[in-house]
Amino acid sequence: MKKLNRRSFIKGGLATTAAAMVVKEKTSAASGDFDNYPEGMGVIVDLTRCVGCRSCEAACNKEQDLPEPAVPFDDFSVFDHMHHGEKRRTDETAYTVVNRYDTPEIDHPLFRKIQCNHCNEPACLTSCFVNAYTKTPEGAVIYNAKVCVGCRTCMVACPFYIPTFKYSSAFTPRIMKCIFCYDTRLKNGQPPACVEACPQEALTFGRRKDVLKIGKQRIRETPGKYVDHIYGEHEVGGTAWMYLSSVPFDKVGFDTHVPKEPIINSVKEFLAMVPMVLTIWPGLFVGFHLLATRKDKVKEMEKEAELKKAKENDEKEEQV
Amino acid sequence: MKLFSKERPEIPIVHHTKEDGSAWTIKEKLWLGLSVAEYKKQFFRNPVNWFMLMIFAIGIPLILGRYAFGLGWVTHASNDYPWGLFLGFGLFGMVPLSASGFMLGTTVELFGRKDFHSIERLALLNGLLGYFFAVLFLEVDLGMPWRLPYPMFVSLGPAAVLFLVAWHVATYLSVQIAEVLPAFFEWIGWLKGKRIIRKYVLGLTVAGIILSTLHQGALGALFTYAPAKVHPLWVSSNFQWIHFFVSSIFGGLSMVIIASTLIKNYMGWRCDDDFKNNLDYVTIGMAKGASLAMITYLVVKLVAVAHDQEWTYLLTGWGSYYMLELGVAVVLPMFMFAFGVRNNWVTLIRFGAFIAAIGIIWNRLNTALVCFNWQMYQEIPHWKEVWITVTIYALYFLTYRFIVYRLPIVYEWKGER
Repeated sequence: MKKLNRRSFIKGGLATTAAAMVVKEKTSAASGDFDNYPEGMGVIVDLTRCVGCRSCEAACNKEQDLPEPAVPFDDFSVFDHMHHGEKRRTDETAYTVVNRYDTPEIDHPLFRKIQCNHCNEPACLTSCFVNAYTKTPEGAVIYNAKVCVGCRTCMVACPFYIPTFKYSSAFTPRIMKCIFCYDTRLKNGQPPACVEACPQEALTFGRRKDVLKIGKQRIRETPGKYVDHIYGEHEVGGTAWMYLSSVPFDKVGFDTHVPKEPIINSVKEFLAMVPMVLTIWPGLFVGFHLLATRKDKVKEMEKEAELKKAKENDEKEEQV
Repeated sequence: MKLFSKERPEIPIVHHTKEDGSAWTIKEKLWLGLSVAEYKKQFFRNPVNWFMLMIFAIGIPLILGRYAFGLGWVTHASNDYPWGLFLGFGLFGMVPLSASGFMLGTTVELFGRKDFHSIERLALLNGLLGYFFAVLFLEVDLGMPWRLPYPMFVSLGPAAVLFLVAWHVATYLSVQIAEVLPAFFEWIGWLKGKRIIRKYVLGLTVAGIILSTLHQGALGALFTYAPAKVHPLWVSSNFQWIHFFVSSIFGGLSMVIIASTLIKNYMGWRCDDDFKNNLDYVTIGMAKGASLAMITYLVVKLVAVAHDQEWTYLLTGWGSYYMLELGVAVVLPMFMFAFGVRNNWVTLIRFGAFIAAIGIIWNRLNTALVCFNWQMYQEIPHWKEVWITVTIYALYFLTYRFIVYRLPIVYEWKGER
């Protein structure tokens, strides 16, 4: 080990601190201070009203310029399509899909529409390391393909399995997901295409806080019709799209085990210790180094002292 | 090489000058002092090289195909399983096995344990190459690999865990290059460069510890974004980063034990006496460290199960799988290490290291693939995905060997140092 004098100690310390600063600046703006937009829009989906006509799917396809589907929208055999034992899901050709659920509790099937739920604190947004996602004041979670690197962490993070990736494309791959028709409609105060297309008024569009009230009102005013829960009111910290159902939500394909707080909260344990490591480690380990090498230092000093003594003796002898 | 090194005393090259006093040129050093014909002869004599060529013959067209036809052409990664083998093995598996650089760097430079000096450079190189190839795996997996610098310079998302991983791996890669450069400078004979780096070695080592703690942990923390998707036994929002960090300690040490064993057995001509004679001693020392890390890991694993109240899961099939993983991948090698250390039984330690390294990869694959979407179906990687993974790993192997053949990693440079 090289001799550690004051100068090199300061140098080493400075280098480490500088290294720490470089990294620290980038990470210290930790998550958690994300504002909810109180005036954001939302939709409440009433499963008891949906008849599975797939008009919303067709409207979305047209509005978003998605490719023609393999099976036309008036073909209801898709409800029996299973992939890996799972019902249909969103993919790069469909931002929204409707699935049928036969439940023993009631004598008719229920239909559930899935699309991006536009979380208040979206996991896709908080997990994205290039800031490709934005939660707009209108309530939409939109995506910027121009900066996306294609790491697909958003897909891992999304508790609802919504973002999809264009695996088929080599040169222009991107994330494909529902954006609440932000560009073409929501921005101008209009409801998304699927809501407008619904003939059953199963989808109710309005301010999130207002549609939440409508949902609660329906539960209150028609006792026994709904389970006393609005899916999305608190799930993962609240979502702009919420659901009413007449059967327990896990019977109609909802994941009822998702946390009741934003996904980012379970990451905070780690994020909180980052500044600690960055600030404490340099001093701690340089300290360890000094402790571990103190014996060498002592030996060196003894040697020097001996040399000095010998020199002095020599000089004395010379004088004599 | 054995063939030539017996006949010609100046081979393998350990000095700037030949027997007759003239200097080796860089070109001659690159060819290991052999003529092209001789080099070819030794290359094709080795069955490992034929095996590698076979892997590349299919693997390279597959990689080109991935860039021409998209990820969908080679992988089974899907909308349900966004990450496949490239990241599960290449990133999450390679990075912990490359923790060796900072482990041995810390031991020798920071704690002043000069008795581990003979293995330090191998550990640093092992770290550097592991990270470099993890980035290469990432470049195969990213949808838009040409945008790799985006999180650094174009569009920053500083609150994301992956942001931290990106920055730390990039910074740490530079730190490791600086740490390995002295060997290169000795070899090309530019001593000034070596002296410059020598001045900052403590700073570099401490930076290495910080960056390693954080990004090894961050790789684990990435899975805390999916608390409802990964099986509860394999994810813990409080302890995930500690699990990944602590297991990287014995992962990195085991990988150095494996690399040094292979080098000692199949590249004996390249090692000097200092390396060979010390190897058993440093292997025992590393095994000691690894077994301590393992018991720590087991305790933190237990604490996580207790903290998250997951005892009932242990009684399910997943629980048995969990205990099988811990038993085979951690407890077994831990006892092999402990027994080997106590009885100076180095061979047992070497086998243990092999099991522990495979065990780390098994754990990472479990977290990223097997136990991911545990309530859904299982994703089986596409054969092309497997082949590309093997191809890049083979490239890693060849690069590793190329460098150890030449630079003073397992031998001491006899010329000016």
